[in-house]
Amino acid sequence: MLLQINNLHKDFKRGKETVHVLNDLSLDVEKGDFLALMGPSGSGKSTLLNMIGGIDRPSSGSLIFDEVPVHDLSEKGLSQWRADHVGFVFQMFNLMPVLNAWRNVELPLLLTKLGSKDRKTRSLAALDLVGLSDRATHKPGELSGGQEQRVGIARAIVTDPDLLLCDEPTGDLDRKSGDEILDLLQALNEQQGKTIIMVTHDLRAAERAKKVLYMEDGKISTTRNI
Amino acid sequence: MKYLRFVMTNLKRNKTRLLFTFLSIMTAFLMFGLLSALKIAFSAGADIAGKDRLLTLHKVTFTQPLPISYGRQIENIDGVEIVSHQTWFGGIYKDPRNQLPLFPVEPEKHLQIYPELKLLEGNLDDWVSNRQGLLVSKSLADRFAEEWKVGDRIPIQTSIWRKKDGTNTYDFDFVGIYQLGEDLDDGGMLMNYKYFDESRAFGGGTVGWYVLKIANPDDSAQIAKEVDKLFENSSAETKTSTEEAFAKSFAGQIGDIGKIINAVVSAVFFTMLLVVANTMSQSIRERTGEIGVLKTLGFSDSKVMWMVILEALFITLISAAVGLLLAKLFVDNADSVRKYFPIFYIQQKDIVVGLIIAAVMGVIAGLMPAMQALRLKIVDAMRKVA
Ligand SMILES: Nc1ncnc2c1ncn2[C@@H]1O[C@H](COP(=O)(O)OP(=O)(O)O)[C@@H](O)[C@H]1O
Ligand SMILES: [Mg+2]
Repeated sequence: MLLQINNLHKDFKRGKETVHVLNDLSLDVEKGDFLALMGPSGSGKSTLLNMIGGIDRPSSGSLIFDEVPVHDLSEKGLSQWRADHVGFVFQMFNLMPVLNAWRNVELPLLLTKLGSKDRKTRSLAALDLVGLSDRATHKPGELSGGQEQRVGIARAIVTDPDLLLCDEPTGDLDRKSGDEILDLLQALNEQQGKTIIMVTHDLRAAERAKKVLYMEDGKISTTRNI
Repeated sequence: MKYLRFVMTNLKRNKTRLLFTFLSIMTAFLMFGLLSALKIAFSAGADIAGKDRLLTLHKVTFTQPLPISYGRQIENIDGVEIVSHQTWFGGIYKDPRNQLPLFPVEPEKHLQIYPELKLLEGNLDDWVSNRQGLLVSKSLADRFAEEWKVGDRIPIQTSIWRKKDGTNTYDFDFVGIYQLGEDLDDGGMLMNYKYFDESRAFGGGTVGWYVLKIANPDDSAQIAKEVDKLFENSSAETKTSTEEAFAKSFAGQIGDIGKIINAVVSAVFFTMLLVVANTMSQSIRERTGEIGVLKTLGFSDSKVMWMVILEALFITLISAAVGLLLAKLFVDNADSVRKYFPIFYIQQKDIVVGLIIAAVMGVIAGLMPAMQALRLKIVDAMRKVA
């Protein structure tokens, strides 16, 4: 088991009111899984993804990743853990506008001990994998949405993490570009064995996954195998 | 410094803002450099002044000469250790615009009275033994560096002391370059009184003023009184005061000018600090989402904080360095200013101080936005983006 989530709670304070966004949620994720996470807007999908990725902390409950208790790590430890094990793909791509494509992909590698030559080689290889080697020196502003998202995926996989977390990766793309991104994610899952958890609203996107999970009332209500 | 590249790229994101920030910091440090040179121009005399040195001048005006016989008499006063003298030569090099503060002195005594005099190049013995030997201060030597090398023969005209042969030109051997202590420069030149006195057509046996070294600075008032008493009712009455008091009365309200300059510079730097802090702060706020992304990718809070500080440090240091460099270029070439202020230069010390101020300013200005970035929570940052 790559990831075990047990009795996870997450509350947000909104003024005097406390909102229980995650309510005793438990979930196991196996290595090589490709999960699609669906559910109504505001049901806590992003919140769950944030907990898994270690960019927010649960109110209670445990998250064990490959025997590491992620919920217990210090801030610094959590940063390092993210750098080592998780790749993030965002809906809005979130590339650095001042950096060109390969420099964007290089960013996570700055945290490693790799020299500048190795960093460049790796970044270009990642760009090649997403089919963008001919756009390596283009700035994000000079790329289409689909291309930007491919750069985002290259950045997410350049450190070769075990887990890819994608929050509505096709939400901002037209159907054709969206399909290309989904092809790519599917290939990463099938050929490279990446474990992927993808939040989506789109049934067509969800069908690319191996399992579809529905969130309701702060927990997973149903699981459907595809 | 793999992060430096990224930091520099970040600076370039808003070129107009970068340009204005650069220009304002650069101007502030250009001003700092020029004002520090001006401060030296005004206060050089006071800096050089020793508490144990007195000056004895003609009572009416210091351009009137005093008899050389006074020296012996002053030496006999209790508490006076050494007596030396100086005269204004009115030196001109090639062009009347090149006025030179050249003083005929007695070499041995001058060296005893100014033990802080230090040779940077050349040989003191050559100066003491060679009647035509000429010592040149560092700043003057720098000013004429292209024409004068130690060992050269240098002709200098006088606007006052015509020679017995009817000409106005004295020939010198450039034997050395001096400064006072580690970093002080009086901007002058020193020649041998013997050569001066035996050559001049008139005024023989007189000197411009006396410099007295006394045993105990506490006695300065007492000794000054005694000296002046000695020559009371003579044809050349004297006025004796400490070198410091003289330098001050000569240059005006030096202390105040220094204070005003310091106040102006501090105000300018404080304003700069606010400008840079505000610019950085705004720039970081605009980048909230990007900082969230960096943290998501695994950049730790402290790393992000340092990158922001580095960014502020980088812009202030570069701008300050350019400003100081421009100030130095200007001052080095400001010969027209040196007509009025012969000692007009930027001390190395002030350049270092300027760079330190820039570094401190960068860190302080970067600190607030850096803390902003440090505290930023990823989820909050990302919510602002989405
Ligand atoms: N940092 C936060 N502070 C307060 N409320 C939050 C915060 N993050 C999320 N929420 C609330 O939690 C609920 C779930 O949000 P989210 O996980 O983004 O939903 P989804 O991604 O499923 O649309 C929403 O009601 C949202 O307003
Ligand atoms: Mg969401």
